[in-house]
Amino acid sequence: MSAAPARLAVRGVEKAFGGITVLAGVSFDVAPGTLHALLGGNGAGKSTLMRVVLGLERADAGELRLDGADYRPLGPADARAHGVVMVPQERTLCLHLSVEENVTLGLPLGRFGLVGARPRRELAARALSAAAGDAARIDLGARASSLSVADQQLVEIARALAHAGLADDGAVRAKVLVLDEPTSSLGRRDAERLFERVAALTARGVAVVLVSHFLDEVLAHCDGYTVLRDGRVEGEGTPREAGQQRIVREMLGELPRRAERTARPRGDAGEALRVTDLSGERAPRGASFVVRHGEILGVAGLVGSGRTELLRAVAGLDRRVSGTVTVSAPGGLGMLSEDRGGEGLMLSRSVSDNVTLSPRGPRVVSPARLRSEARGWMERLSVRAAGPAQRVRELSGGNQQKVALARLLREDHGVLLVDEPTRGIDVGSKAQILDLLRELAAQGKAIVVVSSQLDELLEVADRIAVLRRGVLGEARDVAAWDAHRLLEEAAA
Amino acid sequence: MTSAQGAGRRGVSQRVRGVLAERPWIGPLAALVVVFVLFGLATPETFLRTQNLLTMARQTVVVGVCALGMTMIIVTGGIDLSVGSVVALTTVIIAARLRDGAGPVSAAVTGVAVGGAVGAAVGVLVGRFRMMPFVVTLGTMSALRGVAKGIAKEQKIDCDPRGLDTLLVSAQGMGPGLFVALGLAVLVALTLTYTRFGRHVFAVGSNEAAARLAGIDPSHVKLLVYTLAGLAFGVGGVMEFSTLTVGDPTDSIGLELDVIAAVVIGGAPLAGGEGSVVGSILGALLMTVIKTGAVHLGLPTWVQEIVTGGIIVVAVALDRARYARR
Repeated sequence: MSAAPARLAVRGVEKAFGGITVLAGVSFDVAPGTLHALLGGNGAGKSTLMRVVLGLERADAGELRLDGADYRPLGPADARAHGVVMVPQERTLCLHLSVEENVTLGLPLGRFGLVGARPRRELAARALSAAAGDAARIDLGARASSLSVADQQLVEIARALAHAGLADDGAVRAKVLVLDEPTSSLGRRDAERLFERVAALTARGVAVVLVSHFLDEVLAHCDGYTVLRDGRVEGEGTPREAGQQRIVREMLGELPRRAERTARPRGDAGEALRVTDLSGERAPRGASFVVRHGEILGVAGLVGSGRTELLRAVAGLDRRVSGTVTVSAPGGLGMLSEDRGGEGLMLSRSVSDNVTLSPRGPRVVSPARLRSEARGWMERLSVRAAGPAQRVRELSGGNQQKVALARLLREDHGVLLVDEPTRGIDVGSKAQILDLLRELAAQGKAIVVVSSQLDELLEVADRIAVLRRGVLGEARDVAAWDAHRLLEEAAA
Repeated sequence: MTSAQGAGRRGVSQRVRGVLAERPWIGPLAALVVVFVLFGLATPETFLRTQNLLTMARQTVVVGVCALGMTMIIVTGGIDLSVGSVVALTTVIIAARLRDGAGPVSAAVTGVAVGGAVGAAVGVLVGRFRMMPFVVTLGTMSALRGVAKGIAKEQKIDCDPRGLDTLLVSAQGMGPGLFVALGLAVLVALTLTYTRFGRHVFAVGSNEAAARLAGIDPSHVKLLVYTLAGLAFGVGGVMEFSTLTVGDPTDSIGLELDVIAAVVIGGAPLAGGEGSVVGSILGALLMTVIKTGAVHLGLPTWVQEIVTGGIIVVAVALDRARYARR
């Protein structure tokens, strides 16, 4: 053990829910002023561990130490008082309130519960300056809804810092800042900017714990890492020394076997989807493309480029201002939403209800039969759940995504529109889902995949088109692209 | 050792919770049995008599039949505040038709059809025009009450019920209306569980955006649900007429609250996506048993009201506990 006490020390933490062990003795250290990655597949126990650190759960066994002192948070408020704060994965800003109100939300300021306007403004300004830097052009009076996703993220960090407290000179009192998947909704450039800001915080001595699925980010920015698998520490060290392959091996246990890429269809396959000059309210702007049977068209674009709007306009979910969409495939067109909880799934209903949700099918059918059918789909897509009657809410992100995919497969659409298929899911499920898309294309389905993960598009697509500010570029064969060129074109 | 015991206990509570999650009506059933047994023990010679049991069943019929419609509406995440007005309007229309010489069947069918038409209109506003059901039915609650008063010229319409009065009470003690209500309950329960439409109702209530993405038209589902519910309220109006034997435009004020309470006690959250016919019927029975039992015990009305209100709150609290994981 090192001589200086770690900023945050986790020692043998155990936690079980209803007899199911989630954390089986986890130990790790985060030194002051470092960025530490917490890695692991879905269900590895990352979230539970962070909930313990933030006082949202009490550990069954083990101890936590903060700067060498015993740390037993009684709840999130107590954790804050100790300087331990978190920015959750989902955005939690009140979009109708101003930046200032959002940053100072929930802060007990002043006496008698009254909040002085000026101290509040000053505190918000200091927190924002610490989180976003003085160069940031975020107006304290702006409505949160008017900010870009990236700026909203910085406001969330400012709020977390404000919760831990800021000295009058602007010194940050936060000791540990947990960032849960902070870049999953950011484009690459915004993600880089975020990491610059995180580096500024670590330079002030804050220990930052990063929960992430993006290994390239971890390799590029993190000082240390810990891999969790099935509630145990399976690897730790310095990311750059360990290298991507070793980390992936530690996360997965064994490297997943990738399906051989099937031969790509040539131009002789029939057209399945033709989109001509399609425009929506804001995006897309005059998009045209063709997808043939058995082909995967990748659409690359940064956040805000109109990726989701393009798919929604094609699917007819949003109003089309002009243009035509011709589907010439049996089973029509189906869409996998990027927003699993909001639109993709009925979280409060069972796996079976979700898989078998359909406007078609027999008018009368027994739930038992649907459950047994759902069981078949669960096996086919290796969905890990207690059974078809389990609520989807209780599944991990990767398994939820498989349930959403199973519904689309059951519908047997000839054309699939897939929006960020691997967002927020672990490496193992990601590989399975990409393999599945290839397999479906091999069966003759026409697929449009929209993603901000360029490596993923290069791996899965036959042709790729870049979407920039609502304008869709020409689709070119995947061989003509590499990650650099895609990025250049998307960010130009 | 202690940990193993702890795990075992936790396993049991987990399983109990699982059973409750799948059968949300077990709670109201248990409450009904407890209340029934308590009143039975307290006043065995009057409460348990067949006559009293039949009376309670009859008193539950109107709320129960209306709760069938309300269950569907609440499962879609909606609400209908105009039930009382629809029922009153139905009694007025039936009485007016009978007074004008129509046959009992024809009069009853007209009443039910008016209920369905009103439901369809609400369904169009809520489904097609995406208006808030609370606001729409707040409007129809007042408007239909006015229509009923207008038709009845602000007084009761007297008429010869021509046998409709024997719907719930007959010489044998039990009229056919009870069986009609039971049959309807079975029909709605089967529809919700075994049909595609029923699953769409739950889908729309659980996540409307997901339902739309899956190709289901939520406005169509809502139109059907409100229409069917309107028909159920119409049938409730026929049952109400059977006990009133007159058309009364001021009847059933506040009935909607009893109906909503029955559905909520039966385990359907107002947020939608959940609910069951069995639960709602049990909820309606529970309220009747409490009211009747209180009368038998000689408790004043205000005590019944407090108890009923308490049960509603407890039911919702139990519901929250059921979903609070961990």
